[in-house]
Amino acid sequence: MKKLVILGAGAAGTMMLNKLYAVLDRDEWQITIVDQFETHYYQPGFLFIPFGIYTRKDVIKPKRDFFPAGVEAIISEIDKIVPEENKVLLKNNRVLSYDYLIIATGTKIHPEETEGMKGELWHKNIFDFYTIEGACALADFFKHWEGGKLVLNITEMPIKCPVAPLEFVFLADWYFTERGIRDKVDIHFVTPLPGAFTKPKAASVLGDFLDKKNIRLTTDFNIGRVDNENKKIVSWDEREIPFDVLVTIPTNMGDEAIARSGMGDELNFIPTDKHTLMAKGYDNIFVIGDATDLPSSKAGSVAHFESDILFENFLDVIEGRQPKAKFDGHANCFIESGFGKGILIDFNYDTEPLPGKFPLPGVGPFSLLEETKMNHYGKVMFRWMYWNSLLKGKELPIESNMSMAGKRF
Amino acid sequence: MATIEILGKQLEVDADGNLANLEDWNEEVAKELAKMEGIEELTEKHWSILNFMRKEFQEKGTAPSIRRLTKESGVSTKELYELFPKGPAKKAAKIAGLPKPKGCI
Repeated sequence: MKKLVILGAGAAGTMMLNKLYAVLDRDEWQITIVDQFETHYYQPGFLFIPFGIYTRKDVIKPKRDFFPAGVEAIISEIDKIVPEENKVLLKNNRVLSYDYLIIATGTKIHPEETEGMKGELWHKNIFDFYTIEGACALADFFKHWEGGKLVLNITEMPIKCPVAPLEFVFLADWYFTERGIRDKVDIHFVTPLPGAFTKPKAASVLGDFLDKKNIRLTTDFNIGRVDNENKKIVSWDEREIPFDVLVTIPTNMGDEAIARSGMGDELNFIPTDKHTLMAKGYDNIFVIGDATDLPSSKAGSVAHFESDILFENFLDVIEGRQPKAKFDGHANCFIESGFGKGILIDFNYDTEPLPGKFPLPGVGPFSLLEETKMNHYGKVMFRWMYWNSLLKGKELPIESNMSMAGKRF
Repeated sequence: MATIEILGKQLEVDADGNLANLEDWNEEVAKELAKMEGIEELTEKHWSILNFMRKEFQEKGTAPSIRRLTKESGVSTKELYELFPKGPAKKAAKIAGLPKPKGCI
């Protein structure tokens, strides 16, 4: 029996499990998946919780619902990977040996990396929305908040879903308008980037949206510490921004098990070939999703496109061929912009987001880099697709490599 | 490809405005690049960072992020911001004649 071990049963790990389970001969392959938690979170839904659009129950399902029968699922923390011996040591003292390993251990927020972030105001006036706890605590806070300075701050790049912070301020603009207190809420978007987004053309379009929605933008702000006493964030070059409520996107780092294994960079992300998705220096380890160090967005859509490429390359490698499929960095993001509208962007390593129609050239139904109602419905529909198609490894009607059709310069 | 004029020569730059060719760089060019970034004089401390960055780039193929800089060079983040105001990793990479660090995507 050949052994495949998948580490992590989030979106990326679960997709790979289902895709490979469908094709690998059950008499020849033993598949094991490991995760420390029983619950699967629909992470794109966290964004909507602070505004009362979703609640906790809308974004959770048991992970086991998505594991095919006959797969061994182990709920345990990972101690470390010993790649020289093709072994994984688990915190529950089990040792798993493998012929092939797929690492999908994701990324987590680390507020403690910034001085004062996890101080006395944490989850009182300082919130994250990248955890279920943070998103729910912020929902409770917003319900009774009567206005003041709302500051959203990105600590450092890279972060999971680089568009989520923008969506957050767009939705805040809508939410406080609906509540009738928008004039009492000063919304301020504070980023270490030189613009509103990572890619220049989209940054300029999205920057205009901030302007239109009366959201202030401060760029090139690298947070050094949080002053809890005076409710201020302070940059390394001593600029100060006061807040009444701070919504932070803390430092993102890969799993600690990666650091313990000596396989990660300074943020515990794994050096990965950006085209083949194989871990650099190993011929039987693949990496997918947020766990990689690829210069692409950390997002579910990226993990999904990667899963098609990894699937093909995995089959090549186990049959002794060179991996042929090449990932192009494709990302596709529905950006919720409030008031029932959305913006869609589609890009890869080399091509930044461009205007046009998607996925059918000239037809759509979605419009790229434009704010439309249809784009919003795309986002709403996506939760159903996520639970019912994506995690189960079914085909989606979008190519894994980006297409230039329908885009214009 | 766009170019900038330094010491009477036209040097090619990439989309981020960083030097496109490693071999166009030398210490005199670095001093000029520093001035363009608002740093009038490169001190010994500046040079130790720039040299570290070039060494890392030669070994790893990418310029180090600010995290790697503080971890490996022994200079604190605070001090890095004093040496290279606003974005130390980005700015130091530019002056060292290297492409923008990958972490800045």
